[in-house]
Amino acid sequence: MRRREALAGYLFISPWIVGFLVFTLGAMVYSLVISFSHYSLATDLAVPAGLDNYENLVADPKVRIALANTLFYAVLAVPLEIVLALLLAGLLHRLGRGAGVFRTIYYLPKMTPAVATASIFLLLLNGNTGAINKGLSILGIQGPQWLLDPDWVKPSIVLMTLWGVSGTMVIFLAALKNVPRELYEVASLDGAGPVRQFFAVTVPMISGAIFFNVLVLTIAALQVFDQAYLLYGPAGTGTTPDAALFYGVYLFRQAFEQFNFGFAAAMAWVLFVLVLIITVIQVRVGNRFVYYEGEVR
Amino acid sequence: MSSIVRPAGRTAAAAPAGAQLTGPVVTTTVRSGRRGPRPVGSTVARVLLTLLLVGFACLFVYPFAWLIAASLKPRAEVFDNALIPKTFSPANYVEVWQQLPLLNWSVNSVIIALAAAVLVAISSSLVAYGFAFFRFPGRRLLFGLVLATMMLPGAVTMVPQYLIWKYLGALGTWFPLFGANLFGSAFYIFLQRQFFLGLPRELFEAARVDGAGYLTQFTRIALPLSVPSFVIILLFEFQASWNNFTGALIYLNGNDVKDYTAPLGIAYAMNTFNPSNGGHGDYQYVMVASLLVTLPMLVLFAFGQRYFIEGLATTGRKG
Repeated sequence: MRRREALAGYLFISPWIVGFLVFTLGAMVYSLVISFSHYSLATDLAVPAGLDNYENLVADPKVRIALANTLFYAVLAVPLEIVLALLLAGLLHRLGRGAGVFRTIYYLPKMTPAVATASIFLLLLNGNTGAINKGLSILGIQGPQWLLDPDWVKPSIVLMTLWGVSGTMVIFLAALKNVPRELYEVASLDGAGPVRQFFAVTVPMISGAIFFNVLVLTIAALQVFDQAYLLYGPAGTGTTPDAALFYGVYLFRQAFEQFNFGFAAAMAWVLFVLVLIITVIQVRVGNRFVYYEGEVR
Repeated sequence: MSSIVRPAGRTAAAAPAGAQLTGPVVTTTVRSGRRGPRPVGSTVARVLLTLLLVGFACLFVYPFAWLIAASLKPRAEVFDNALIPKTFSPANYVEVWQQLPLLNWSVNSVIIALAAAVLVAISSSLVAYGFAFFRFPGRRLLFGLVLATMMLPGAVTMVPQYLIWKYLGALGTWFPLFGANLFGSAFYIFLQRQFFLGLPRELFEAARVDGAGYLTQFTRIALPLSVPSFVIILLFEFQASWNNFTGALIYLNGNDVKDYTAPLGIAYAMNTFNPSNGGHGDYQYVMVASLLVTLPMLVLFAFGQRYFIEGLATTGRKG
């Protein structure tokens, strides 16, 4: 009976095992092999190349630019997303009844395909005629050339990301619903105002959700591709200005425009190791601050 | 039944992530319950808070309003930023179908998204069932691996997966856009397993006494009872596939324009109409196309909002 059960279990999970072996583990090992080879797409031959690809990668100034851009973007985008999502979730939660309507409205951008977002913001962010600068000029502010000025390219993409912040917000909203009401009542009796309550009760109690969102958003930020590629790839002149050259974009161009598969695979592995290191650091730091309700450790 | 949602998976007795879908959905309206900060009480505070939320709503909605307006303008006025067009040009909505093979793109995208959603929902349910109801050596380790793959950046496997599809002779077909869904997907496996764990075991015992095999128990009991989480998977994957730009760019870029999916098509239109590429700057058509590609997603959300919200809320609970 036990053996029959185990066999049935393996059978049920076998689709995932096959997929994992081929499309995840197999693919990663394959990628590692290619990263140490010169790969020719025409002949499908991988000629051993030692460390060539990695040496080229270190020597390529574009890789350094792309890496710096990506890290800069992540450092700018992730905290802003967390803060805005927390703020919105907190406000919605305080409203109580009627919050559902606002949540629906806030969620709409999240349903918008990235291409549509890019095409809208391409025109909204136009430095001369775009609505955003027109709006700023009413306030007496001379808006920047968002998509052309190298200093403003990354903030432009952050802005597009923030428009879709509601996914993160919904996760926070769900977490807020789990905070015991008594804690707020006790804090209130102790004379803590709404702001104090937010930092002394809410933030620690939903630290698990904050931690989770930071992890997921960081990984997403390190892979930013769609918006950057759409704004400067097909829509622009086809060449990405250095300021908008993100790691994912450069990797894609190396792989599927230059067909430089060995180089691209090496870039992919460097990204993997980078993500791994950042995640491990975040988990280490996070474990010190995250409070799990009902968990005894 | 208590509708309090506990962090899933910590104790066997905890309410499963999806279980509350069978009861009244509690995600939207917060009743004056025992959890969460108390909603603001005084009228003045409520009015101020509502005003603030309306302000944010305007910011979130403005790009949509702008898009709708621009889609109704003649070419020369697209950039004038007026929310009510000076000259109404509803003909855009007729002309766009001749300017771009929008019908082909939409049909392609619907077929691909349906295939992706149905395949991944079935395969993920099978795998989740295996993890939820069977004891076998290595189960914890394997499930840990499932969760770990969720953190794997997609860019890492992009090149080898392309080569695998090339080896299988599937380049230029739609198969690479949904083929991997045959094997389940980590987040959906997690979601469905949580739901299965919440089903009463007695049902399965009873079926076994009646002589039902494992597969019959799956199709007759587990699947019919897990419709809510099954729908979550269908909706999430349909949206993900509909929005999938990178995949289409990799696998369909060399094809005939009529073979494109909607996202790749819009990108193509942005490129073609761009004056610096020899276009005439007919951005009104891009705006119409963008709007038409977004609309199905808004409809999907209108009908499946509670599933989207519940599915998303579950992601945070695995932390």
